[in-house]
Amino acid sequence: MASDYIVGIDLGTTNSLVAHMQREFPAVIPGEDGLNLVPSVVALDEKNQILVGNPARKYLIETPERTVYSIKRLMGRGVEDIQEELKFFPFRLADDLQPGEVLRIKMGERTYTPPEISAQVLRQLKRNAERFFGGPVTKAVITVPAYFNDAQRQATKDAGRIAGLDVLRLVNEPTAASLAYGLDKKKNGIVAVYDLGGGTFDISILKLHDGIFEVIATNGDTHLGGDDIDNLLIAIALDDIQGDLKLDVRRNGEAVQRIRKAVIEAKIALSSQPSARLDVELPGANRYQREITREAFEQVTDPVVQRTIAPCKQALKDAGLKPGQIDEVVLVGGSTRIPKVRQIVQDLFGRVPHTDLNPDEVVALGAAVQANILGGGSEITKEMLLLDVTPLSLGIEVAGGVTDKIILRNSTIPASATQYYTTQVDGQTNVAIHVLQGERELARDCRSLARFDLKGVPPMPAGMPRIEVKFLIDANGILQVSAREQRSGQEAQIAVQPSYGLTDEQVENMLLESFDYAEEDFRQRQVIEARREADTILMALAKGKKNEAWRDLTSDERRRIETLERALGAVQEGDDYQAIRKGIDALNQATMRLAELMMDSAVTTALKGKTMDETGLGEGPQAGHPVAKAEFE
Amino acid sequence: MPGDATSSCWSCGTMRATHFCSACGKVQPAVPVDYFAFFGFPRKLDLDTAALEKEFYALSRRLHPDVFAKAESPERAWSLEQSSMLNDAYRTLKDPIKRTEYLLRLEGVELEEQSKQATEKARVTGELKKQVVPPDLLEEVFELNMHLEEFRMQKKMGEDDPALLEGIGKAKLSLETKYDALFQELKADWDKWDRAVDGGTEEERRQIRDHMVDVLNRRNYIRNLVRDVNEAMEIL
Repeated sequence: MASDYIVGIDLGTTNSLVAHMQREFPAVIPGEDGLNLVPSVVALDEKNQILVGNPARKYLIETPERTVYSIKRLMGRGVEDIQEELKFFPFRLADDLQPGEVLRIKMGERTYTPPEISAQVLRQLKRNAERFFGGPVTKAVITVPAYFNDAQRQATKDAGRIAGLDVLRLVNEPTAASLAYGLDKKKNGIVAVYDLGGGTFDISILKLHDGIFEVIATNGDTHLGGDDIDNLLIAIALDDIQGDLKLDVRRNGEAVQRIRKAVIEAKIALSSQPSARLDVELPGANRYQREITREAFEQVTDPVVQRTIAPCKQALKDAGLKPGQIDEVVLVGGSTRIPKVRQIVQDLFGRVPHTDLNPDEVVALGAAVQANILGGGSEITKEMLLLDVTPLSLGIEVAGGVTDKIILRNSTIPASATQYYTTQVDGQTNVAIHVLQGERELARDCRSLARFDLKGVPPMPAGMPRIEVKFLIDANGILQVSAREQRSGQEAQIAVQPSYGLTDEQVENMLLESFDYAEEDFRQRQVIEARREADTILMALAKGKKNEAWRDLTSDERRRIETLERALGAVQEGDDYQAIRKGIDALNQATMRLAELMMDSAVTTALKGKTMDETGLGEGPQAGHPVAKAEFE
Repeated sequence: MPGDATSSCWSCGTMRATHFCSACGKVQPAVPVDYFAFFGFPRKLDLDTAALEKEFYALSRRLHPDVFAKAESPERAWSLEQSSMLNDAYRTLKDPIKRTEYLLRLEGVELEEQSKQATEKARVTGELKKQVVPPDLLEEVFELNMHLEEFRMQKKMGEDDPALLEGIGKAKLSLETKYDALFQELKADWDKWDRAVDGGTEEERRQIRDHMVDVLNRRNYIRNLVRDVNEAMEIL
């Protein structure tokens, strides 16, 4: 069945990609525009239609209040821990947001939760893959930063479900990258993956052993990346503009987005040039111009780059390794194109890092490899197995507000821990458990994951019940909890109150809403695409009829072609894409000889010194071949 | 291959091994076995870690949830349960100290809570932490604590006494030497224990057990002390 496709998705802060395993090697699936990267930008256009990716980008400047980017920074977070982000990112929170509620972001008059916005990006990738395969895609492996906590992972999984994807696995980005790298190098050894993306930083240290990719330690910062570099440059530009032009454009969304675009372009240019020029048009016929040298750029961005060093050292320490014991270093993420970043990595590990794979694509490629493994594997992946770790310790709050760590960071997952609870009051039937994630000693300094309420404990004297609670971190790095009262053997019920995140019911509703459209979406798209193809073939045929070659056909051939032409014309405006497809295929077959004759005559004409244009064949993608062969198999 | 036949296979009804059915190869629900038994190892401490790693990789290839991505839901759940147990077991057994503590707990010993967590808990809650100073360290610890107190005072006043620093440094070095020696002592206990498992009397085993508990407690005590010194001197 066509629905058996499992794709690998890199849901990035800046760009997202979808990839699949093409025979022995993973390959990125391009969008309709032929581009591999889908910018993680979502916009509402004038007609309140949602646009994703490149088509949404122009709205960043035109209608910034209806456009969202870098939403990954808000995944799985509460309003109190995004205050820092709000200073630098134009996220507009819903006005009626209640404390403790999942964030909602304004786009025009509507509001969306971060998982819903991410789901739009995922849906676009799903569409790209469906267009590529010519069939529905419902299963995916999605990558997340290794240092993502439980709430951020859960939010990503929710986004997948809302987009109509069965998320078979969440894979850590640096680990995925190592899969892509390890594919053709069947080597054993210790590998460090340094992954500096648009908004997140990860360092993972892996041991490769006969196809087993065992993560030994991981560390990182989920709010550190290219975005932070951009923000530093934007801040300087805004200061300059205020100082030199006496203009304060901080509140002008359009101007800020223009500046943002310019500094990103300059940043990219500075990876290959010694200097770059900023030139931004501002309101009131003002213009901001400035030359940035690479030296100045490195000085300004140094604090951001330096922040990656401590996590690297911590990961090495946790792995019990010295830099000299690392056999290979791999660079991942667009920000590792910056020469200074490469230099720092080289200094840190004392070796030249690998950059053979495109740092923007390697994570998606690795996700495709993992998708292939989950799908049963192929000749090349059948020996491969990923053993990942949990990046943060899992703990529970005990007396005095202290965190009692029960699963330590860098434990191989799945991992579990069993705790026993009892009651403090006679007849008590509920026990509350507060689950935390983080390394700090005090509960209030750790991330609150959820509060569990054990219900239905049989009434007994205080201290008598013995409730066994099992905490299990699954292969996605997501926590599962189960409980049982041991004396009565009764399964205690657990009411989960996620500290941040959607309830199952909310996700279910969002999924249902989108599900109604999903099938319809797919069908409609097929119709539109088939119609467009029919247009192409009919136009090519009209042109072909004017060619000398038309007269070289037998009258039977001409009659047959014209019958099929009319037949295709008749179904073209209908809603049955399969009928349109059939018509296209039939016409394609019938015009095969016409195409050959035209080719011959085109070659002859060309030899006579005429240009292709004069033959009327040199335009359009079907040059020299009047009848477009269907792209779809 | 590890494991004894414990019950019959859910799928084909034949007697099964611990993790898989020995007849049809299907994954089985986890049974409550100790970590040594999970790997099919005897309850001994001088463990061949290379063999342990090899077995860990081999079992991972068969138990990991990735292998069951397309399986039916109960098998997926069992694989999750089994592989989490595999990882927990491997993590515990590969570390010599965790392995020893685990075995002692299996033997019914309640280890004194001298972990970092217990220390932190005591610090935050103000409760007095149960911590018995090993008698042979009494004098040394007393002197070190005095020096540390003096050092903290001086630091507050912005003073600096090189002789004091040197004294603390020396004490720390001596502690670290003892710490390493205790590990060697523990290893000697392993050999005794492993022999006693095969042919010793209950009394012999009890003595070795008690000695190991003592060694571990002293080792933890020194570890906490060294950490206090590092914290005071702001060495990471």
